[in-house]
Amino acid sequence: MMTNHVHQPAFMTGDEFSIDTFSLLDAEGELYRGASEPALERDHARRLYQAMLATRILDERMMAAQRQGRLSFYMQCVGEEAAVIGATAALDDADMIMAQYREQGALMYRGFSIDEFMNQLFGNELDYGKGRQMPVHYGSRKLHYMTISSPLATQIPQATGYAYGQKLAGDGLCTLTFFGEGAASEGDFHAALNMASVHKVPVIFFCRNNGYAISTPAVEQFAADGIAPRAFGYHMHVIRVDGNDVLAVFEATRQARKIAVEQNQPVLIEAMTYRLAAHSSSDDPSGYRLKSEEETWRLKDPVLRMQKWLMKKGWWSEEEETREQETRRQEVLDTMKRAEKRTAPPLESLVSDVYADVTPELQRQFDQLKKHIRRYPEAYPRGARSLDLDVDTANDAQGDA
Amino acid sequence: MATMNMLQAINNALDIAMAEDEKVICFGEDVGIFGGVFRATSHLQEKYGKARCFNTPLVEQGIIGFANGLAAQGSVPVAEIQFADYIFPAFDQIVNETAKYRYRSGDLFNVGGLTIRTPYGGGIAGGLYHSQSPEAYFTHTPGLKVVVPRNPYQAKGLLLAAIRDPDPVLFLEPKRLYRASVGEVPEDDYQLQIGEADVIKEGSDITLVGWGAQMEVIGKAVELAEEQGIACEVIDLRSLLPWDADTVVESVLKTGRLVVSHEAPLTGGFAGEIAATVQERCFLYLESPIRRVTGLDTPFPLALEKEYLPDHLKIFEAIRESVNF
Repeated sequence: MMTNHVHQPAFMTGDEFSIDTFSLLDAEGELYRGASEPALERDHARRLYQAMLATRILDERMMAAQRQGRLSFYMQCVGEEAAVIGATAALDDADMIMAQYREQGALMYRGFSIDEFMNQLFGNELDYGKGRQMPVHYGSRKLHYMTISSPLATQIPQATGYAYGQKLAGDGLCTLTFFGEGAASEGDFHAALNMASVHKVPVIFFCRNNGYAISTPAVEQFAADGIAPRAFGYHMHVIRVDGNDVLAVFEATRQARKIAVEQNQPVLIEAMTYRLAAHSSSDDPSGYRLKSEEETWRLKDPVLRMQKWLMKKGWWSEEEETREQETRRQEVLDTMKRAEKRTAPPLESLVSDVYADVTPELQRQFDQLKKHIRRYPEAYPRGARSLDLDVDTANDAQGDA
Repeated sequence: MATMNMLQAINNALDIAMAEDEKVICFGEDVGIFGGVFRATSHLQEKYGKARCFNTPLVEQGIIGFANGLAAQGSVPVAEIQFADYIFPAFDQIVNETAKYRYRSGDLFNVGGLTIRTPYGGGIAGGLYHSQSPEAYFTHTPGLKVVVPRNPYQAKGLLLAAIRDPDPVLFLEPKRLYRASVGEVPEDDYQLQIGEADVIKEGSDITLVGWGAQMEVIGKAVELAEEQGIACEVIDLRSLLPWDADTVVESVLKTGRLVVSHEAPLTGGFAGEIAATVQERCFLYLESPIRRVTGLDTPFPLALEKEYLPDHLKIFEAIRESVNF
């Protein structure tokens, strides 16, 4: 790159640049003056909204179930539905999504059934992950949604690699990876963006800047103007968007995807939003933030904003809203009852999938364990039951995963 | 057959793998046109193009993160970490991601296509940061395979097996032998079985176990011992995870004596694992305590490298003491 030589020292801080926020819908669901509606057709818009609503309902119900002691752990997407689902709706359904953990809305949009959610949450015998991971660590091969991993930001350089493979395959697909503004402090974030830019990879880095990393506010996470300016350092396309404005998120991601797949260039999107709920069921925000702050963000509720816009367009009605809410709530409750009654995965799933085949040493350890469980069955009810049955239920899946 | 050094054998294996399967992709720091700082990837970029053999930015966690994603997508990445001493920024990606991909997803996704190549070991005046043998950090990680070749023939056959293995493999290359070890290597494609030890020499008095560059050192010690009439059985483990306990146990049941040697420090080293397994399975057959001849519990030194290393004389002494116990 050409550089201009000067002969007096002049330091820069980045304040020379300011990054705008792209927004289309105001809090009342009205288009801003000068804004144009994205190319979002009626059915597509309804699918998007129904996923937002279903995600909100699932979160409310499951959080309540966790409080009743029926579920060990839960994480809500509340407040960030527009960011997550708006972005997903702008992708091809065959694009890979590599998420952090709070993006169940993406799966909901792509058609993960409530049964599938529940089986994972309860870690039962039908869970694709075979009951190995804590709740909300979903994955779906058929829906191109990479199984969630708890360590933060590890998925970001993986998304770069995955997308590089897509580019070589020439299938016209890309990868979108979600992460929070806190995870963007990890080294993996920087590694991922730099490599994507250097190797011209069709990947979209989607940052949900929701203000908090558990209790740590954004001002204690970084000194700069958010995450977006980091793109300059990697010579990467970047846009900041109102993350509670589903139309803006959709349009920004749609255009980002074009850049990614048509130019083989990575894009960074920073969606400004707010984590309305606690970090997880184990967290209590009253210890680190004010109720009044939460209230100001409740007024910007992304689900409500989308609903208002849809109703103004005549694409959604009060009756539909009521019916949809009731149906969904009932579905969640019924499904939960079924899922929590299902048995745990078979004992064999303790040792399968460590490798493609169980190694002789692991088999020896497993045989020893079975012998021990047979001696003390009452101490290991799940394992003992699985041994009593003496059948392999591992393949008793619910169809295509 | 052709005469090759270990680097040529590795380069030849990569060439065969890339020619056979266009999904095989080699990358790492300086791996592209330069062919790697040791030249293991020489001419691969010329032959297969920049998209399949390329330099990465200098970021080990990024290299392995990228490799994990690429493998999950269905490609067959062969990622190079320039020195095993610099693998630690990628430790999280290897231990929490590579190793657990299949298990945590219930086999929906896996990174079985991944091979991580990295030069390890001392004896080249490399000091603290160009000499380490980090194998034990990784043998403690279910989901990985850890493979170490001892000569060019082994390197080619094991590397081809690693690249085609359905599980991710950490392939540790003894860099002291890169040019020093020369031997006959078939020019054709062949594979050696991962997980099987190799009994290099049979003997009835004592068993010696090692891997990688240490096999050469053990060989010298055995020569000294045989001059004194001690019949040694020598086993190259070749694969540390999974490791072939049956072959080692069978040997110790016969000899009643065992010496294990590695360059890495004693405490927490892989020799401890072998010793524990052997005492469990051969307890009543042991004629003397199992001996470990290893590096000291210090960082890897420079000026006193010779003193630090578990050389042939230290191994010879351990053999003598074991036999005379």
